[in-house]
Amino acid sequence: MSTLTTHKQDVSMVARNLNIYYGDFQAVKDVNLEIKKNKITAIIGPSGCGKSTVLRSFNRMNELVPTARTEGEIIFEGIDIYAPEIDAVEVRSRIGMVFQKPNPFPKSIYENVAWGAKINGFKGDMNELVENSLRRAALWDEVKDKLDQSGLSLSGGQQQRLCIARAIAVKPDLILMDEPASALDPVATLKIEDLMRELSKNYTIIIVTHNMQQAGRASDYTAFFNMNPDRAGYLVEYDETAKLFTNPKEKLTEEYITGRFG
Amino acid sequence: MSTSKSSKQNPRLKARHRTGSVWQTIFMISTLVGIVALLALLYNIGDSAFGYVVVEYQVLPESLERDGVALEDQTVDQLLLTFQENVSKGLYRRFEAEGAFENPTEVDLENLIVEWVLEARVVEGWGFWESLRNRAEIQAQAAKEFPNGQLEMRSWLNPNFLVSRQSETAMKAGVRTAILGSLWTIFIAITFAFPIGVGAAIYLEEYATDTFINRIIQTNINNLAGVPSIIYGMLGLAIFVRALEKITSGAAFGVLEDPTTANGRTVLSAGLTLGLLVLPLIIINSQEAIRAVPQSLRQASYGLGATKWQTVWYHVLPNAISGVLTGTILSISRAIGETAPLVVVGASTFIREDPSGPFSKFTTLPIQIYQWTARPQDVFRNIAAAAILVLLILLLSLNATAIFLRNRYARRL
Repeated sequence: MSTLTTHKQDVSMVARNLNIYYGDFQAVKDVNLEIKKNKITAIIGPSGCGKSTVLRSFNRMNELVPTARTEGEIIFEGIDIYAPEIDAVEVRSRIGMVFQKPNPFPKSIYENVAWGAKINGFKGDMNELVENSLRRAALWDEVKDKLDQSGLSLSGGQQQRLCIARAIAVKPDLILMDEPASALDPVATLKIEDLMRELSKNYTIIIVTHNMQQAGRASDYTAFFNMNPDRAGYLVEYDETAKLFTNPKEKLTEEYITGRFG
Repeated sequence: MSTSKSSKQNPRLKARHRTGSVWQTIFMISTLVGIVALLALLYNIGDSAFGYVVVEYQVLPESLERDGVALEDQTVDQLLLTFQENVSKGLYRRFEAEGAFENPTEVDLENLIVEWVLEARVVEGWGFWESLRNRAEIQAQAAKEFPNGQLEMRSWLNPNFLVSRQSETAMKAGVRTAILGSLWTIFIAITFAFPIGVGAAIYLEEYATDTFINRIIQTNINNLAGVPSIIYGMLGLAIFVRALEKITSGAAFGVLEDPTTANGRTVLSAGLTLGLLVLPLIIINSQEAIRAVPQSLRQASYGLGATKWQTVWYHVLPNAISGVLTGTILSISRAIGETAPLVVVGASTFIREDPSGPFSKFTTLPIQIYQWTARPQDVFRNIAAAAILVLLILLLSLNATAIFLRNRYARRL
């Protein structure tokens, strides 16, 4: 709480001088980023440039790697989430996450959605919450008659939407998506992208993708990362997606989005 | 060109296939060796456990009919009368004074009659397979050598054998005390080792960091699984029987009438010793099962704002439970067959009282089998074979129960 500056209304998250290390290896170097509220921000860049590492530092998931160390500040809704008095568990219930591979729990569809809310002390009408979450994830019509079936019985795209419903049910303010469509076919991918657009009315979304067309199609802002020769990732350019794709300031960005490297 | 190339490649391809089929044959032979060994074991046990015997009676069983009812069909009251009429008054009073007639069972009384009235003795026996093959010769030989004896086909594994206590006479000896002793020790061992083992596995897999000390602990647990069981017996003797005698004998809980007779050689000591023995097995198997739970599941849980404990309790354990139970099943099999550590801990070789609680003296099936095979008389080899069958059946049914439980839990996920 001590380190905040004036908190801008349209900003959800600010990363300031973010450095991330795995043991002695510096994975991310000096990242400064402002994530706009209720917008979709895409993080793109070549493999190994630290996109996922940055994303995972936004809800302190990278702490699960024993050697990981984070320096700098990440200020979310005016609060430094790395401040000593902040509990990582609390952070993760406010900042949801959807992973690269759909990973529903081996439980019923209903329980998949309800579990996160339950452990976070949800006291309201659980049936209503499950239905709303599934509706928002555009999955309700497909699963309403088989809520007691295993989440693993769904197709890959449905599973990923179930994971999104599961994340929404905890009522986060921000949803992190780590290449959510990379394991899906084009049709399922488009569904996820439509869903993201719909969700951005209520949530702030940050998505990591290695698919530039996806970033161009589905995001409002884009951050382009690259890595140094010593393999430390850094932010090259960050701008509105339309500007970054049509009129990049950096030569490196232009080369990357035109497919000349990466 | 292409034909010459393929004809050049063909011999090598054939050689590759030949190597494959050679190995296939070798693996098949290995399997066959295993099957043959198993069949030989069953043949051997079956040969000893069943077969013709010649029994000589002092009094013939047919002469003890009462009201036209044969001896084996008589009720408790009829058996009591039969016994009373056919032994001396002194002997009857002795048994009465010992309390043998307070709520006796039919089996108890039949055993008494066999021992004191019929005075049945097995004077000669044949193996099962020989009995089947050379029936006529055996009958002729028995009639010639034992004119007073009766030739009968005997199954040493019979209902009486299961419910009778230990005895000096092979025909009356049974495994009731040993079965109960085995069940008690296994029960105590699992109750002790399962929670501790699974707890240690959860700690080592989910909480412990990769430090030097933790690696030493892990290595030691792996090594402990291979330590000879007799060493666990020594450990059990030193700790449970001697050092903790007050607890393992029950003196500390006031169950002994005279605390000075405290003796740590109890079911509890034996169960705890076997528990120590299987603990590393349970830990290692549970660790394997916990490690097999996909990392993505843990991440999904953490990503929803679950604490470490909620992740372990709701996701890791339910997904690992079937592997954990498989490990426990293997441990039960190991523990139920252990003999050496129990000899050291002080299993009784001859005991007639059933274990009535954790502070009872005890014997177990392997101990009983060991003791019978060590006897000089041939007939004890027969009841040892019958006891081995009982042990195998007990083992299989315990495992079947555990597998049933495992499948039920696994299906619920």
